[in-house]
Order: sequence, then structure tokens, then C-alpha cells
Amino acid sequence: MSVRTHDTPQAERGTPSATSNGGPQSSRPQSSGARVRGKGDADGRGGRRGGSDGGGTRALPYLLLLPALAATAVLLGWPLLMNGLLSFQNLNMTQLIQHVTEWAGWDNYRTTLGSSDFWRVTLRSVLFTAANVVMIMVFGTLTGLLLARLGPRMRLLLCAGLVLAWAMPVIAATTVYQWLFAQRFGVVNWVLDALGWHSMAGFNWTGGQLSTFFVISLLLVWTSVPFVAINLYAATTTIPGELYEAAALDGAGAAQSFATVTLPFLKPFLLVTTFLEVIWIFKAFPHVFAVNEGGPDRLTETLPVYAFVEGVGNQHYGTGAAVSVLTIVILLALMSYYLRAVMRQEEGEK
Amino acid sequence: MRVWAGLWPNATALVLFAFFVFPVYWMFNTAFKPDRDVLSDTPVWFPSRPTLDHFATAVQADNFLTLVRNSVTVTLLAVGFALLVALFAAFALARMRFAGRRSIVLIFMIAQMAPWEVMVIAVYMTVRDAEMLDSLVPLTLFYTAMVLPLTVLTLRGYVAAVPKELEESAMVDGCGRAQAFRRVIFPLLAPGLMATSLFGFITAWNEFPMVLILNKDAGAQTLPLWLSGFQTAFGDDWGATMAAASLFALPVLLLFLYLQRKAVSGLTAGAVKG
Repeated sequence: MSVRTHDTPQAERGTPSATSNGGPQSSRPQSSGARVRGKGDADGRGGRRGGSDGGGTRALPYLLLLPALAATAVLLGWPLLMNGLLSFQNLNMTQLIQHVTEWAGWDNYRTTLGSSDFWRVTLRSVLFTAANVVMIMVFGTLTGLLLARLGPRMRLLLCAGLVLAWAMPVIAATTVYQWLFAQRFGVVNWVLDALGWHSMAGFNWTGGQLSTFFVISLLLVWTSVPFVAINLYAATTTIPGELYEAAALDGAGAAQSFATVTLPFLKPFLLVTTFLEVIWIFKAFPHVFAVNEGGPDRLTETLPVYAFVEGVGNQHYGTGAAVSVLTIVILLALMSYYLRAVMRQEEGEK
Repeated sequence: MRVWAGLWPNATALVLFAFFVFPVYWMFNTAFKPDRDVLSDTPVWFPSRPTLDHFATAVQADNFLTLVRNSVTVTLLAVGFALLVALFAAFALARMRFAGRRSIVLIFMIAQMAPWEVMVIAVYMTVRDAEMLDSLVPLTLFYTAMVLPLTVLTLRGYVAAVPKELEESAMVDGCGRAQAFRRVIFPLLAPGLMATSLFGFITAWNEFPMVLILNKDAGAQTLPLWLSGFQTAFGDDWGATMAAASLFALPVLLLFLYLQRKAVSGLTAGAVKG
């Protein structure tokens, strides 16, 4: 059985975004009309156009790109550079108020890398990211496959639910989760009590490390699964039906055709989505910060939150900048894997 | 056997639907409940006597209207700027071949994942040195930069999806390249522009860490800060807090519901292949 596994699903073209693969569908009829009209004088004008496309327009793409590149370079590049410079400065409240620059060499990095706190937070960040990404990918993939199996009405219903969760603004979502998990009058505690866990009746979810992480993770899963599920469903619709027919002719059962057709087809998509989720979860800030500001006792701080609390909260701006540079280095390493995967996909397409 | 096979997916779908919808439902439900029902030992699943009191509390809280104006201004300007600039870039990337094209795509991909959350100190220092703290200008500029890369990359996909022959035949008809773009491609990009601006809108509307550190002055803040501060200030007034959350979420929810059919249906229709 020949299944073309190297084919990239359409849903993954170029950008990882949900919307990148759609094309305006209304184009076909107009296309033929325009072509018919254009036929008459195609020759004469074709020549002139060819000429003007030469030397004069060579700079055009760069000119078109200039505003976007310049904006990105200035607005993103400058803070990045600044961040690097700050990380080599002794910058606390005093220096900040007096506007003085005291260079500190590698001191901030030495302090940071030498502190057990930093390593504990790093390890926690890695575990936090890994656990959440696994949950999001498994749950998201299963939901996406379910969407593909449902009838149109149920699919619309579930899609509507997913879209609602997806569209919920982060801060609104964290506020709602705080209310769901509120110690008194919170609906979660009531349900647990009603189900027989009477000790949970007045449980303080943000009082302990694990239970706080539980709430944060649930929030992250709730907001992230829709992206994976809806995109995965869109990707399954691009699998040509003939592949399943061929598999059926070859005598493959449901499980076998899933393993030989569905999975290989979705593999590039799953790979890229996983990377994206890794990056997003690793740098997730508002979810973690808004639920409990990294507490209790700074036990739920992940790297971005740690950089923020150390830098802004405790006014060690220089050290905070060093932590954020280290965070960016880790992110860049993760990104390089992601970008390699994306680039390989783009290449396979051409 | 047959019945069960058909029942399982539907039952699971219903459970999942409940899981995803419940928090949103609970937000609106609480917002409309009278206090007595909010603070009741058994949850009230449906507001029997809905009230708008909580919305009144939320709206009357600290210069709500100023913050709405700030949020709307910053978000719309950022999305607008980004779209304008991105359209040129997307066209170049989708339609032209030139040296360095791949590297430029790569730059936008990296920029799209920029860790703004961990750079707030540097952003703060920059803005402070420019003496622009408590102003909406740097916010607008930085939000534009945040939204821009995704806008470029997404629009590139949409431009690439417009058949090249359309543009060519328009040029054969005597249009210049710019005119062909404006008359033929631009109208076809409408769904793409809407979908793209939707994601930009959500990013800018939601942004929290940067405005948290840049704008301490209440008159220069935006709604996410108001909402998180609201929760602290009003403590256990969950009715008012949920009303505030509803007001903050509603524009995005409505926009998403309105636009997602265009965004997602265009996406799936394109994917199904006609």
C-alpha cells in the first residue's frame, strides 16, 4: 500500500496559525471570466510587462518589506538589546531612581546561575511545560479526531463550545477560574462535596503548590485545547478519501487505516503544534501570575514569573534582566527545533 | 452494538461541550444573579430573578469608561497599523521571488514568538528614558510590534491562496501591478483580513504584563488591568467581578463568534478541496 507520507497537510502551509490555510473560495468563477476577457490582447501587452519587470522593480519587494522589518527591528530589537545590556548592570532601586549606570560584568549571571532558587524554578518550568503540553496534545488530538467523527450538528455544537473557550480573554478566564475554585461558594468545592468528598467543602485551592498548579493547568488546558482540536480537525479534512479507500481495499481495519493513513498524514502537523505549545506554555505569564502571583510562598513561579517577581517585584532589575536573558536563550533553543521542523516542511512542499 | 457505536462519540461530545462552555456560562450566570444567589450554600444553576445590579457596580467602578476608551483606542490602532504594514510585506513574500526571502520569513517567525513577557524590564527602561510612561503611545507601538509578525505570516497565506492567473489577467487587461492588487486581490482578501485582525485584536485586547508595568496612572490603564485590580479590590463581590469579566470578554466573544465562521469555514472549505 502506497501512502504518500511526505505530503504536508494543507493546514500547515507556512504559518502555524489557524487561519493560514484558508483561501478565498469565491475566486473561481471570476477567474475564468477574467481570463476570457484578457485573451484578445495578451500578446502585445505581455511583452511590455516583461520588460518593466526587470531592473526597475528589483528593489520593490524590499521596499514593500521595509516598514514591517523596520518596525520589528526597532520595537522588538531595541528592548532585546536593552535587556542584554541591563543584564550586565548593577541595577536596583537606587540606581533606577538616580538614573545611574553601574556596570557589573558577569555578576548578575554568576548570582543567578549560582542560586539554587533559579535552578529549582528552571526545573519546575520544564516539568510544568512538559506535563501541560502532553495533556494539551493528547486531549486536543482526541477532541480533534472526535470532531471528525461527529455528525454535522454535534460537530457544530462542540465547535461552538471550543470557540467560546478559545476566545475567552486570559484575564477574564483566570478571574472566572478563581471564582469556580473559590474556597467559599465556589462551585467546584460544592460539586466535590456533593460527590462525597466532604473534606473538600472548604478547600483552599490556592493554599498549596500542587493544588495551585492544578488550577493553572486546568486553565491552560481549557484555553489551549481548542486551538489544537480545531486545527487538527481541519487537517483531517485534507486527507484525500482515496487513501482510505485504498486502505480498505487492501483489507485494513479501522485501527490499521488510522495507523497507516491518518497518523502519518497528521504527523507533521502534530509535530509543529507540539513545538508551538511547548513555546507558548513555557512563556505563559498571565495565567500563572494572575491566578496566584506565583504563590503560595513563590512555589508556583515559572521562569517568566520568576524574572518578573525578582526583577520588578523585588526591584533587582539587573538580576531580573539576567534571568530573562537566560529564559530567552532557552526559548531560542526550543524555537530552533520548531523552525527547523517548519522549514523542512516548507521544503518538502516545493 | 450499532447503537452504542453511534452513541459514544455523541455522548463524549456532550461532556466535552459542557467542559468548555461551563466556565463561560458560569461567568454570565453569576453576573446576573442577585447577591443572595451568588453567596448561597447550594449553587443556583439558573438566575431565576436576573438583575443588572452587578453590571451597574462594575461600570461605576473607577473610571471604567476611560479604560474602555483606552483599550479600544490602543487595540484598534495597533491592529490597523499592523494590517497596513503587513499587507505590503505579505504581498512581497507571497508573490515575489528575491534574495533573502526565506530569511525574512524566518525573522517574522522568530519575532512572532518573541518573549515579551520576560522583557518587561527592558521595555520599562526604554519607555522611561523616553519619558513616555503613563502614555498610550508606547503601548500602541509595542502592541503593533506584537501583532505584526503573525499578521504578516497569516496574510501571506491568504495572498498565496489567490490564484496568480487572476492578477496576471488583470494586468493583461491593462491594470498596473498596484491596480491589479487593489481591484482584484484586495477584495478577495477580505475574509483573510478579518480573520487576521481578529487574532490581532485578541492579542492587543488581552495584553497584561506590559501595561501593568508601564502605566501606573489609572487614567492611562486598560481593561485587563482594571479587571485584575477589580478582583483584588472587590474581593468577595463575585457578582460584580463576574459582571466585569463578562463586560471585558463580551466584545471578543461576539467578534469571534461573528468572524470565526468566515475564518474557520473558509479554512475548512479550502481544505476539503472543491
